[in-house]
Amino acid sequence: MKNYKYKQVITNILKYTIMIMAVLVVVVPIVPIVLGSFKDSVEFQTSDVFELPKSFTLSNYVTAFTDGNMMMGFINTVLILVISLAISILTGAMTAYVLHRFNFKGHGKIKALFLIAALLPSITNNIATFQIVSRLGIFNTRFVGILLFSGTDIISVYIMLQFLDNISVSLDESAMMDGASYFKIFFKIILPLLMPAAITVGIIKGVAIYNDFITPYLFMPSSELAMISTALFNFKGPFAAQWEVISAGIIITALPILVIFLISQKWIYNGLVLGAVKE
Amino acid sequence: MSYKKQKNLIIILFLSIPILLLLMFTYLPTVLVAYFSTLNWSGTDDATFVGFQNYIAIVRSADIFMPLLNSVYYFIGALIQMAIALFLATVLSFKIKFKNFFKGMLFFPYLINGIAVGLIFTFFFRENGVLNEILSWFGHNSTTDWLRIDILNNSLLAGVSIWKYMGFNLVMFIGAIQSISSDIYEAAEIDGANKFQIFRHIIFPSIKNIILLNLILAIKGAVSVYELPYIMTGGQWNTSTFVIKTIQLGINGRFLQIGLASAMSFVLFAIIMLVTRLQQILFKEKEQENHLK
Repeated sequence: MKNYKYKQVITNILKYTIMIMAVLVVVVPIVPIVLGSFKDSVEFQTSDVFELPKSFTLSNYVTAFTDGNMMMGFINTVLILVISLAISILTGAMTAYVLHRFNFKGHGKIKALFLIAALLPSITNNIATFQIVSRLGIFNTRFVGILLFSGTDIISVYIMLQFLDNISVSLDESAMMDGASYFKIFFKIILPLLMPAAITVGIIKGVAIYNDFITPYLFMPSSELAMISTALFNFKGPFAAQWEVISAGIIITALPILVIFLISQKWIYNGLVLGAVKE
Repeated sequence: MSYKKQKNLIIILFLSIPILLLLMFTYLPTVLVAYFSTLNWSGTDDATFVGFQNYIAIVRSADIFMPLLNSVYYFIGALIQMAIALFLATVLSFKIKFKNFFKGMLFFPYLINGIAVGLIFTFFFRENGVLNEILSWFGHNSTTDWLRIDILNNSLLAGVSIWKYMGFNLVMFIGAIQSISSDIYEAAEIDGANKFQIFRHIIFPSIKNIILLNLILAIKGAVSVYELPYIMTGGQWNTSTFVIKTIQLGINGRFLQIGLASAMSFVLFAIIMLVTRLQQILFKEKEQENHLK
């Protein structure tokens, strides 16, 4: 018995040591960035990276927001994000509703169309997307971002389909007894009940759009159209020697996501697992 | 309107926008890339048809082939990443305090903007950056610019990729482990099984499928690496990747070779298709095994 207890103490120590070390690996690279973002440029260059800021200034954040174009980045990101999420979630719900509730010719083919789309290498296909966007005359407009982010993907559709499984068809049927049209059934009954799915998709997709770099980088290069990723990327030029400003930019970029994560951890975990397992 | 008519109308109305977007920005580009890949085209001059020459050029040109080989670093990195994730997920599946805190901390890098991660580690590896500072605590004073060291930099970049993406595997594995009924653990513990035996005989077999899935995703990820090296080194010092090269040649480089870049894109497509096919075969065998049982 004594031996057993002794063993358990060892296991406990080992367990927590491992976890704390893993957390340190995550945190250590970030700490100097957080500290550095509050140092003035002289202090940043003379102090050790792990030293606490003595000058404690917020001017780097001001610089990042104004000269660094992050203000513009936020405005554009929020604008594009809200519009394209609304379109994407609505069309995703519509697609899932039609695929779930109706049987029709080409049903399987349409599902396959979404499934195969996920396999195409979208990054390198941008070569052709670039040509299409140029020909359409929408290159370097906010509209490109909205258009490219508004598409529905198979994972969103799958998440919606899974929730639809739990919305009883008898609800639709009793509404039909009352003479409700399919449109009314969708907008008045199904869509409100799909809210949890919509939130799951919205968070996962929202984070993905917020973090996306290649779309604004390739298709919206002018600085008034910068999204948060491209605004931060552009720091590399003018602020190349000013790591205190870059640090502030990094924090500004990551902070909103941290807040979202703290609020909606469960949704994010569930959404990811649901999406990936279905793939 | 009759329900039959309504049905047809709603199917057409509800599907038209998503399908239009899908055809326009996913399928059309793929078809065009296939077509472009047979051309010699700089984007400004007239294109000429060259058949399969672009594909031959990919194999012949070391400049293009080397970046493809760099995927190996990221693939090995991904294997290490999965091993770490599996280990940590197992530790977290035992009785442990602050479980959600640990899980959250380890997962969060996955959500941080890729540009931000790239910049964090550019600072980490630079001359008077974080790594050299840490080394100086151990009496090793250096001003090495780590990302410029040819034999190391690709491994370091793969390491950053592990830092960012490990949390994704961790959450997947924890999800799978949680779906194992706790009765089984308790029975095993009563029977005197140790932690390793529990892992070997209970945890591992029940999450084999999810490991396989993550492995497939790892291969696809390894051939598609773009952001991290692009920000941290710009592909210099032999750290370019296939996708960096493709984007450079096809969209934003100084001298465009759209035909060649398109052929590269198609090669990537072929690799992904091959891996997907492999996945289907492996999973199908699994299912058949299960049926036989």
